[in-house]
Amino acid sequence: MIEHKINKAIYAKRRRSNSIGITLSMLAMAIGLMALFWILGVLLYKGLDAISWSMFVESTPAPGSPGGLANAIVGSLLMVAACTLVSTPIGILAGIYLSEYGHDSKFAALTRFVTDIMLSAPSIVIGLFVYALVVVPMGNFSGWAGSIALGLIALPVVVRTTENMLRLVPSPLREAATALGAPKWKVSTAVVLRASSSGVVTGILLAIARVSGETAPLLFTALSNQFMSTDMGTPVASLPVVIYQFAMSPYDDWVSLAWGGALLITFAVLAINVVARVVFRDKSKG
Amino acid sequence: MTLASASAHDHLSSASSLTEEQRMGIVQRQRWQDFFFHKITMGFALTVLLALVGIIASLTIKAWPALQAFGFGFLTKVEWDIVNDDFGAAIAIFGTVISATIALVIAVPLSFGIALFLTETCPVWLRRQLGVCVELLAGVPSIIYGMFGLFIFAPLFADYGQPLLADTFGMIPVFGRLFSGAQIGLGVLTAGLILAVMILPFIASVMRDVFAIVPPVLKESAYGLGCTTWEVVTRIVLPYTRAGVIGGIMLGLGRALGETMAVTFVIGNAHKISGSLFGLGNSIASTLANEFAEADSELHVSSLFALGLVLFLITFAVLAAAKYMLSNMEKAQGSKT
Repeated sequence: MIEHKINKAIYAKRRRSNSIGITLSMLAMAIGLMALFWILGVLLYKGLDAISWSMFVESTPAPGSPGGLANAIVGSLLMVAACTLVSTPIGILAGIYLSEYGHDSKFAALTRFVTDIMLSAPSIVIGLFVYALVVVPMGNFSGWAGSIALGLIALPVVVRTTENMLRLVPSPLREAATALGAPKWKVSTAVVLRASSSGVVTGILLAIARVSGETAPLLFTALSNQFMSTDMGTPVASLPVVIYQFAMSPYDDWVSLAWGGALLITFAVLAINVVARVVFRDKSKG
Repeated sequence: MTLASASAHDHLSSASSLTEEQRMGIVQRQRWQDFFFHKITMGFALTVLLALVGIIASLTIKAWPALQAFGFGFLTKVEWDIVNDDFGAAIAIFGTVISATIALVIAVPLSFGIALFLTETCPVWLRRQLGVCVELLAGVPSIIYGMFGLFIFAPLFADYGQPLLADTFGMIPVFGRLFSGAQIGLGVLTAGLILAVMILPFIASVMRDVFAIVPPVLKESAYGLGCTTWEVVTRIVLPYTRAGVIGGIMLGLGRALGETMAVTFVIGNAHKISGSLFGLGNSIASTLANEFAEADSELHVSSLFALGLVLFLITFAVLAAAKYMLSNMEKAQGSKT
């Protein structure tokens, strides 16, 4: 009988610690969700007021006068486009190397290692690097410098997703193509890359989403510009940097514009994220 | 006839009639193409390595004047005097390390809870949606966290959070000093809290992924012996995935150390080391963001580069350790399946 009681006590204790643990884990999940919805809610609440037609067509104003973010939006689009055009082909080719040639090579293992580190390297240090590499020799801040900094951040994302996606392609596909007499470069580009194209596109989209919101690497490369500028050889405004400047300013109308810009960029970035995941899910199902 | 089908036709009809020499020619050409393709893709893979070497080299060159002027004492000197051109990294390093540590202390248990929930207790139909939500948290740009921290979180924290902490933990002798001082909502602790939310999705998704690779047989055996979910997770899953979990935590630490915008908004940007967590401070990244564009004197610029170099080397070491742990995990998994 005593034994039975002891067992019961132990059992009750175990059940108690189990339910405490599970409850805490649910609480953690709730906190995570709450953080997300709180941030999105605040953005909607504060940002919707500022969003208007003039935000998209007028350039950044002097404090106290009306204006918009057109120059920053155009600047961001230009720099992200340039960054994507450069980093995508480089990243895909590097990814092909890692997946198709890099099974046993030490060089590939080292590249993989470094890519993984660059994936999380502090973006502000990339900005410093590009400042020393591009801005100092050129003598001025420029949109190109900003694009290069963004490209260096996008590159590892593209390389790693491309490699992972290419690896998912079953080897019989490669063997079949090789058996038909196709040279390796044709197997890699026309068969393997094609078979995993939607996965590779996902990687590119994720890279775009990642760099679109980056502020730190642009601070000392593209700097900013009060006026509309599409000349990539001069300082170019970008949405994140303008948001930073305006949010830190003491003027209410600037802060309000910053919230509008914040809403715009967050929903753009999250939309790209969601689209990228949907594209990939459809592919992996089919 | 289209060009493509014409050439295909041409190819077919001529295939049988090719001479040995022509065939060798094609093979030779394809060999060259393959050779170049190999080298070209390798060259592009090299760009990533070159970027790393370039970063370290350029930062070192630019930081050299400061390193020469201050020597190794740069790392430990508690001074950042722009007027007198006297610089040391200790304040910024202190702020960086403390804020990242606070972030880890909060984010690790939360991430563990989320990963546990997503892998063990969450109903299957909800798993995907909740997983995406957590990943979206990682997608929110860091500047948004900064604005949220400065305009929304800091005022609330000053009114409710800080008084509460001061009245509870602040009462404990010695330890309570950490929660003393002006309650203005900004400072090292706020930066740590915002960072915690930012790195949470990274740690949680690594933990979820490594939890998922635990062989079902192990878990089922434990359940079969009558273990509770909590016991299975803490005694079976966690020991099995230890290396991966630590790798994920290091990954989060690497992120927290290098995060710029969110910290710049809330840490207070004061060049001092405060004994209280409520005190204002500075991190390496926030110092760079605030001062680099306006730095005039050569020594100031060079010192900022030296700070950047220190930050890069610290994060490199942390991320390399993370990568090492995670790759061990992958190897272990590879050998078992």
